Amino acid sequence: MDKNANIVNLIVDGKEIKASEGANLLRVCLDNEIYVPNLCYLKEMEHPPASCRLCFVAIEGYPQPVTSCTEVVREGMVVMTDTPEVRRLQKSAFELLLSVRRISFCKTCIANKRCGLQKIARFLGVKLRVAHLNRIDVDREVDHTHPYLDYDPDKCVLCERCIFVCGNINKTPMLSLAHRGLNTSVTFFESAAILENSCKGCGACVEICPVGALTLKSHNKVTG
Amino acid sequence: MEVCRALEQGDKEEERILSDISSSLKLFERKRSNLIPLLQMIQKRHGYIPPMGMVLLAQHLDLSPSHVYGVATFYNQFRFNPPGKHPIKVCLGTACHVKGGEIILENFERKLGIKAGETTRDREFSLDRVACVGCCALAPVAIVNDKVEGHMTPSKVEGIILSLEIEKEKKKREADKDDTE
Repeated sequence: MDKNANIVNLIVDGKEIKASEGANLLRVCLDNEIYVPNLCYLKEMEHPPASCRLCFVAIEGYPQPVTSCTEVVREGMVVMTDTPEVRRLQKSAFELLLSVRRISFCKTCIANKRCGLQKIARFLGVKLRVAHLNRIDVDREVDHTHPYLDYDPDKCVLCERCIFVCGNINKTPMLSLAHRGLNTSVTFFESAAILENSCKGCGACVEICPVGALTLKSHNKVTG
Repeated sequence: MEVCRALEQGDKEEERILSDISSSLKLFERKRSNLIPLLQMIQKRHGYIPPMGMVLLAQHLDLSPSHVYGVATFYNQFRFNPPGKHPIKVCLGTACHVKGGEIILENFERKLGIKAGETTRDREFSLDRVACVGCCALAPVAIVNDKVEGHMTPSKVEGIILSLEIEKEKKKREADKDDTE
């Protein structure tokens, strides 16, 4: 908590919470051990992208649930993270995310057991294989062009965290989203020669990836 | 041998394009809002945006090449392969889609050995998908060399490419004859 900021009182799920004014609502919830599913939020972000559509909460006085990562705390705020409406929105958003992913190989995935998707599935009580939605197979191969990294577009949830952390370390992020629609993917730009000059292989993007879509090349070699 | 020559010419061509790009970049202010106008300028002057062109552009605007690539791939108006001598556009608008435009596109792809948006190695053909060319009664439609080909069928795809290849062969023979005379 920031000592210089004014302290505001709010109620989350019936629990009274003190937080500094203007703090991010999702952050406040997480800091007070109230888990709200999220994939794309990082505490360093000034403007969270709100792209995963998972951190919905109901706030009293609002006509419908809102993404908590784009809200700031105010005095007297009453927040509920567990209404049926909120859960329904979260489940739909999560299942839609899963419907374009190949989840069949959790066991061989390096993110197994620490995967953001597994955690949220357990929390929401959703199966990782969504039966009632048609799977869309976008046939995409693992991108091996990067000198240090491999990128699997099938696992990627397009949370843009890797782009954010890369931009924090380097002046301009080496990674970017390319193409659009179902073909959207993270790109390093083709030329390996350029990448070798600019990317130092710090692995920050691999570290931050919630699903193991980005992996260091050496790791892949070890596990085959 | 012929392929080799074509590639060599391609390299020289690309060098020329890149030097042209770097000189025309100087006319634009180095600010981020110029990114799309610059991409459009390159596309307009050269018909496509070469990968190294994006790198030059990134350097000019102080962005990473992947950022430029990300923006450029978002928009349908930019192409990353040089246009072929015979541009082929396959319509996938609603009427053509219903009438099996996808099959026609697949036929072209298989026949030419390229995917939509690409150009053959010899730069003879380029293949693109378009959304409605305005003559839905003729669906499925393809546009070859700016000529509308209606009621497309797989056999017509074969015929069109064959006739273009024969034409090329004829011209080549005539040119050879002129040389020897």
